[in-house]
Amino acid sequence: MLTIASLKKGQKAIIGEMTSQDIPLKLLEMGCLPGNHVELIQIAPFKDPLYLNINDTFLSIRRETAKLIHIELIPDE
Amino acid sequence: MSKQINVALVGNPNTGKTSVFNNLTGLNQKVGNYPGITVEKKEAVVKLSRNLKAHVLDLPGTYSLNATSLDENVVIELLLNKNDKDYPDVVVVISDIENLKRNLLLFTQIKDLGLPTILAINMADRMDRKGIQLDVGLLEKRLKTKVNLISARKNKGFTELKQSILDYQKLSVTPCLEASKIDKQYFESLKKAYPNQDLYKLWLVITQDVNFGKTNRNRISSENGFKPKSDSEIKRLQQKETIKRYQFINETLKETLTKNLALAKGLRASIDRLLIHKIWGYVIFLAILFLIFQTIYDWSTYPMDFIDESFLALSEYVKDVFPVGMLSDLISEGIIPGIGGIVIFVPQIAFLFLFISILEETGYMSRVVFLMDRIMRKFGMSGKSVVPLVSGTACAIPAVMAARNIESWKERLVTILVVPFTTCSARLPVYLIIIGLVIPDERWLGVFNYQGITLMLLYLLGFVTAVVSGWLASKMLKIEFKSYFVVEMPDYKMPIFKNVFYTVIEKTKSFVFGAGKIILAISIILWVLASYGPTDDFDNAESIVTASLDVTELSQEEINTEISSYKLKNSYIGYAGRAIEPAVIPLGYDWKIGIAIIASFAAREVFVGTLATIYSVENDNEQTIKNRMAAETNPILGGPLFTFASGISLLLFYAFAMQCMSTLAIVRRETGTWKWPMIQLFGMSGFAYVVALIAFQILK
Repeated sequence: MLTIASLKKGQKAIIGEMTSQDIPLKLLEMGCLPGNHVELIQIAPFKDPLYLNINDTFLSIRRETAKLIHIELIPDE
Repeated sequence: MSKQINVALVGNPNTGKTSVFNNLTGLNQKVGNYPGITVEKKEAVVKLSRNLKAHVLDLPGTYSLNATSLDENVVIELLLNKNDKDYPDVVVVISDIENLKRNLLLFTQIKDLGLPTILAINMADRMDRKGIQLDVGLLEKRLKTKVNLISARKNKGFTELKQSILDYQKLSVTPCLEASKIDKQYFESLKKAYPNQDLYKLWLVITQDVNFGKTNRNRISSENGFKPKSDSEIKRLQQKETIKRYQFINETLKETLTKNLALAKGLRASIDRLLIHKIWGYVIFLAILFLIFQTIYDWSTYPMDFIDESFLALSEYVKDVFPVGMLSDLISEGIIPGIGGIVIFVPQIAFLFLFISILEETGYMSRVVFLMDRIMRKFGMSGKSVVPLVSGTACAIPAVMAARNIESWKERLVTILVVPFTTCSARLPVYLIIIGLVIPDERWLGVFNYQGITLMLLYLLGFVTAVVSGWLASKMLKIEFKSYFVVEMPDYKMPIFKNVFYTVIEKTKSFVFGAGKIILAISIILWVLASYGPTDDFDNAESIVTASLDVTELSQEEINTEISSYKLKNSYIGYAGRAIEPAVIPLGYDWKIGIAIIASFAAREVFVGTLATIYSVENDNEQTIKNRMAAETNPILGGPLFTFASGISLLLFYAFAMQCMSTLAIVRRETGTWKWPMIQLFGMSGFAYVVALIAFQILK
């Protein structure tokens, strides 16, 4: 299964299932919800955390959280 | 008589809520704490019209009413408690135009509590530039309330906002989302069990227990056939609620908001490219740090010298004016220097927060957090620990306060515990005088000055110890925690000077009145211990000293310093110094250094001054003390007291020991218990003792 953690820089995707109990609710509140768009803007040095654009909100989360959020890739135009 | 209403400002972080508060209220704001917790409470009373005043409360920034931190919990506690004296008559939700979608989540939650709720959309001045258009009329219709466009930066829209607040009774309180839509069955049984209660409020009480778990209220239990759900089911329902709310918001904004996406990006991407670059990012961060410290040291010296001299002059004045006696001494030698010891920190604290708040206002701080998180996590801390650790090199007090931003309690506690290891500026005078004594003023390879290298190594040592002990502490602390690391990466903005100014004032005030009280109390205790002795020797110091000296050959001033030196020896603190002598001899010190170490608990830099008094130097000219110190002999070993071995031992002791009561006081305030400051006091000082002991025994 693909997750946000498997995105490459500049790749876009649609958020799928988010069933894990360990996903902070705050992330959902910031717009990280099934069906919304996510784009990986940048990965920090040492591969963590990830800088994302989710539903027009810019935020960064740790890789361990990103691994919990499933995605479907949007093919490049 | 004019009526007063309660207005609460609520909003997401980074929406400019504080600037809105500042613009609404001006300088008559009052900053305090919520009872029992360290969350700041900002409030002010403003006149809205001839016969209506508003008590405006600036609630902590939050993304929703699902509290996960103390700060956020304050918001929900207030909004659920009708009996609270601050319970709002009207709520103003501050949002910003660029993040309207996300901001509306909190708005809909608050609206659904049945409170009159105004939506104020800030940063409206950026709409044209960002290609954003908003149909305010339609938005008002959809949200069933008043919407105001404002700009705190340009100070626009505030007359209209005040008018909306005045008209609060006209606002509709129809909810945006019927609570029962979240889960029909569950909410119907809830309604049956508690027919007289507001359904959404009940739901928030239930979720608050699950999210936050530290409420005093009784849990809602099975009554009248109501079956409570398990925590994980509740969490699922909360997710469902969030999704439903976003559905409503997305539909509403689809009709009312248009964005030209090409215009919205651009600047962010190009600045980010540089500031979070894998090499340049760190280089720039280090350069900024270097610049800040240079400036803090350069700028603070003058006001600090001025404060020092002013308090000295004030003491002298009191001595002259008041009749000689205990009261005069208490004021001039206990209370005034005690207050001086608090005020002396103000310039550094103010400058530090000036820079930190500028970095925060511009949006740069989030990038630093992003860059440093992975590294800091190895040591049990978070990317957000960087600010406190960096601040610690100026002074541990503001540094401990700066740890508030860290949302995980464990990472925050580890940060607070290790911050005092970083080399604060109060250690500097101690380092300088000892290095001057025991490290040769020669060059290594003809270039690097040994003294300079030693000083640099001491700074490095402090930082390394902080980081390593952070790693240790995180292994030892059994605090269960989940990473809630979600950091918003705000747009880059020019800082608003007014906000920076208010932050500086606020943090400084919070230090002066928070930690200040305790510092003052301990200074007075130290003064008492130094001003009274258990035996007649102390009281008769004057006659004993004059009898033993050839008075004719000495000036009055020299006699006086001899007397005060003798008094100090025979005071309680002098006895204490001599009592601990057996403990400090293995480290290569004598009882005089012992006294200086005890006195250092008031503040480390007191070390030099105390030695000056003990050695009866007429003034605390560094050169003279140094000469006196160089002439001292070791009571056991003979030979000079300050050798390379004892000097290094003393340097290491000062590098590690927890010797600052102000820091202990602020840690007590921030952690809410004496447990952690006590662990610091005994843990750090014990460690310092052992290291100093080993160093002296090896090197002697």
